[in-house]
Amino acid sequence: MISPLQDFNASYGHAWPELLLAGFALAAVVLGAWSSERAFGWLSALGVAALVGAGALAISHSPVAPVALFQGAMVVDGVAVFAKALIAFSAAATLIIGADHFLRTRERRFEYPVLIVLSTLGMFVMVSAQDLISLYVGVELQSLASYVLAAWRRDDVRSSEAGLKYFVLSAISSGILLFGASFIYGFTGSIRFDAIGAAVSEGAGGVGLMFGLVLLLCAIGFKMSAAPFHMWTPDVYEGAPTPVTAFFAAAPKVAAVALMARVLYDPFADMRMQWQQVVIALSVISMVWGSFAALLQTNLKRLMAYSSIGNMGFALMGIASGTAQGPSATLIYLALYLPATIGIFALILAMRREGAPAETVGDLAGLAQKRPWMAALFTMLLFSIAGIPPFAGFIGKLLVFRAAVDAGLIWFAVVGGVAAVVAAAYYLRLLASIWFAAPAPQLQSPSGTTMLTATVAAALTFPVLVLLLGLIQDWAETAVRISF
Amino acid sequence: MTEMLAGWPLLSITTFLPTAGALWVLAARASLRGDNPGFDQGVRLITLIITIATFIASLFAFAAFDPAAPGYQLVENVPWAFGAAYRMGVDQLAMALILLTTFLTPLCILASWGIKKQVASYMVLFLLLETLMIGVFCAQDIILFYVFFEGGLIPMFILIGVWGGERRVYAAFKFFLYTLLGSLLMLVAIVAMISIAGTSSIEELTAYARNTGFDPNLQIWLWLAFFASFAVKMPMWPVHTWLPDAHVEAPTAASVVLAAILLKMGGYGFLRFSLPMFPDASHFFQPLVFALSVIAIVWASLVAFRQLDMKKLIAYSSVAHMGFVTMGIFAGTMQGIQGAIFQMLSHGVISGALFLCVGVVYDRMHTREIAFYGGLVNRMPVYAAIFLLFTMGNVGLPGTSGFPGEILTMVGTFQVNAWVAAGAALGVIFSAAYALTLYRKVALGVIENPKLDGIGDLDAREWITFIPLVIATLIMGLAPAHVLDFTAPSAEAIAAAFSGVAP
Repeated sequence: MISPLQDFNASYGHAWPELLLAGFALAAVVLGAWSSERAFGWLSALGVAALVGAGALAISHSPVAPVALFQGAMVVDGVAVFAKALIAFSAAATLIIGADHFLRTRERRFEYPVLIVLSTLGMFVMVSAQDLISLYVGVELQSLASYVLAAWRRDDVRSSEAGLKYFVLSAISSGILLFGASFIYGFTGSIRFDAIGAAVSEGAGGVGLMFGLVLLLCAIGFKMSAAPFHMWTPDVYEGAPTPVTAFFAAAPKVAAVALMARVLYDPFADMRMQWQQVVIALSVISMVWGSFAALLQTNLKRLMAYSSIGNMGFALMGIASGTAQGPSATLIYLALYLPATIGIFALILAMRREGAPAETVGDLAGLAQKRPWMAALFTMLLFSIAGIPPFAGFIGKLLVFRAAVDAGLIWFAVVGGVAAVVAAAYYLRLLASIWFAAPAPQLQSPSGTTMLTATVAAALTFPVLVLLLGLIQDWAETAVRISF
Repeated sequence: MTEMLAGWPLLSITTFLPTAGALWVLAARASLRGDNPGFDQGVRLITLIITIATFIASLFAFAAFDPAAPGYQLVENVPWAFGAAYRMGVDQLAMALILLTTFLTPLCILASWGIKKQVASYMVLFLLLETLMIGVFCAQDIILFYVFFEGGLIPMFILIGVWGGERRVYAAFKFFLYTLLGSLLMLVAIVAMISIAGTSSIEELTAYARNTGFDPNLQIWLWLAFFASFAVKMPMWPVHTWLPDAHVEAPTAASVVLAAILLKMGGYGFLRFSLPMFPDASHFFQPLVFALSVIAIVWASLVAFRQLDMKKLIAYSSVAHMGFVTMGIFAGTMQGIQGAIFQMLSHGVISGALFLCVGVVYDRMHTREIAFYGGLVNRMPVYAAIFLLFTMGNVGLPGTSGFPGEILTMVGTFQVNAWVAAGAALGVIFSAAYALTLYRKVALGVIENPKLDGIGDLDAREWITFIPLVIATLIMGLAPAHVLDFTAPSAEAIAAAFSGVAP
């Protein structure tokens, strides 16, 4: 029996990514408070370095078997590492394009990189959570930083409204989460996932436990903006400054989905019959609603909000299949979804008129004639997110469909197929504007850094990730196998 | 020759040479920034050279190909992920369609010489389209097939939408979404097949279907899913409605590619997947396909008769001709399948040529209205002669390539169901009616429209475009045995798979 102190010391050796992020955030607050606005640039650069470093540290410390930390409050395992890598790199990419944007608009406030890193730290805790308390702490840390980010433009009514709306609705969902957690605690007698898992496999709980689990799923669904808990998404996406929206659309999704996978496959694995229908419902409603509601949107950010709702539906398809390899399909789906989303937001940010990024579908008009390179990148990224081959997004769809079919849920895959066609219709609307419409007024020349990010993202969708799929697949499947 | 070429990835070279050309054009555009007057002409030349080089590459592949051997040849296999692989390989059917593709594409580029708007983008998309079209026929992995099959929608969508006619945006959306819906259902079926058979190689799936067989009840669903995709692509009545719109609005060269090659993917799919992999379901649905085919033949012919727009008329005639193809395929007899393959190749040449004929006068007068023209023979005798040849080919006159395909599909079908063959024969008569009427209204008589007074005959570029097509039509018409003997091994294998489960 090791003492708590020994455990504490041993745990630090495995928590370097989190410590790095926390250390950066604390140091940056001090440094930022003492330096002028000019510090924004290099603090952001340091933030990117910290995020990339945290991702690299997480990968380089990949364990072969799950390692419990802090007396079982957290765990480092394959899924956690995979999710942390995705989270860290996508947060870094969105910090790059965001900082680049704020440098140009001269909104250079040092809190931006600090809040992004703190939110990322919250996500790291979420995906490593091994009991209900660390789960809640992770979710809250991620969310609290996000509220402030949403209200970043404090003089702007829309931005403040977005922040407030996000806060109020998110607080309700946190309440639901705690309510559900208390049910789970009450019916199993523990907050630790391993103890809950043991109680579940002994058949403890019954309806009361199911009730708690459903409430927990609702709250996590809210965080990942799965329909019908998506109401906040379009408004917050629209109101928040575009770089912040890009951040919301990428990293937090991974954290929430990985958390849901962990909760369902780890402590509640033996209640699959009960939760499967709930997750299938979340997935189907998200796919269908995300596709149809987006058809009528003309605002780019609202459109991307519905797009992310629909994509979460597809991602959940892997988890909902309930098969052993289902979560790995979901993880790969996310890995292929992220570059497309980040790339699209980078291009939206790069398309500036009078200092403001593109807002509506009409702003894209005639891009192919004015800036063929941007149009080509947009085309690749949009076809990827629509799931049209040969782009990476297609493979994501293929894998989640395969998970559903392997589980015998062919109808589920068919619904996904139909939703994908409807979704293709609105991505095509963007493409039609880019290629077919007469040119809109001249754009300001795009920033090199942001364009580079978009180019890298497009190169990832095709051909890099397509060629490396074998590696990613091995990684994800091994991760899932050693974790659950 | 064969030894010399052994070991070369000839199919990959043929497939990706156009992509390399597209990258070349992009690199040229990036390095020559600013207004460069000779740039557009240079891009056209690069594209032409690349497409001709691709044709030559496909001839090398043809030279290395053993026409008598059954099964897939020139196989390349690079493992990828989740059991799928980059598998390339061709049999006789695929080889013939690849040659058709590489043969027609340079002619399309010649026909696109007059494009003035965003030339570089146009040519890049066309080259990418060629890669995807060749890839469809080369792919020996069902996932890879789907990638090429579906990827072809992307350049086509943009080609129609940017360089098309007035209602181009509507046509582009309709084309894309129609085909996508069918394809995604097929994707689900593909996933199910892989999950059951445990392989994604087309050859192994066919072998599985032959030895073990998919469960007959499941076959019904799989067949329907594939049918949803291929019938839209084909297109079969009643899911053909995207075709007239897409054709009419597309630029000439895109219409040619659409009619000549993209429509063949449907027929190819039926031959490659539906018949050999789901033989029970194919038998079960044979009456349905026959009914739809005859309706397509008769109904589309009648509709074609009433068209006022030249391209729309030819588009409906394509629907009718594809009816012969589906009828022949699902007859499942050797003649039927051979006829269907021949009809696909012949229709590729003839319909392509007819769209080019429309393109010739459209380039001069910027209208496709039949009533606008009349008496062109007086001012464009050479054009009138060529147009006549292809009209006759479209009608199926013996001596042109249109004849053997139609007669073989009807003979093949007659053995199975005489009434269906009789209905199709009715369509042959109708096709003569609409095609000859079109010709009479456009070419014969005296010139009544004063705007046509200045119209000139074919120029050198158009001569070069048409001569290969004329030769191909006549050779295939006068000596069809060359083609039929070549495709026989593939057709035999397919017919055997189908008749193996005769009820």
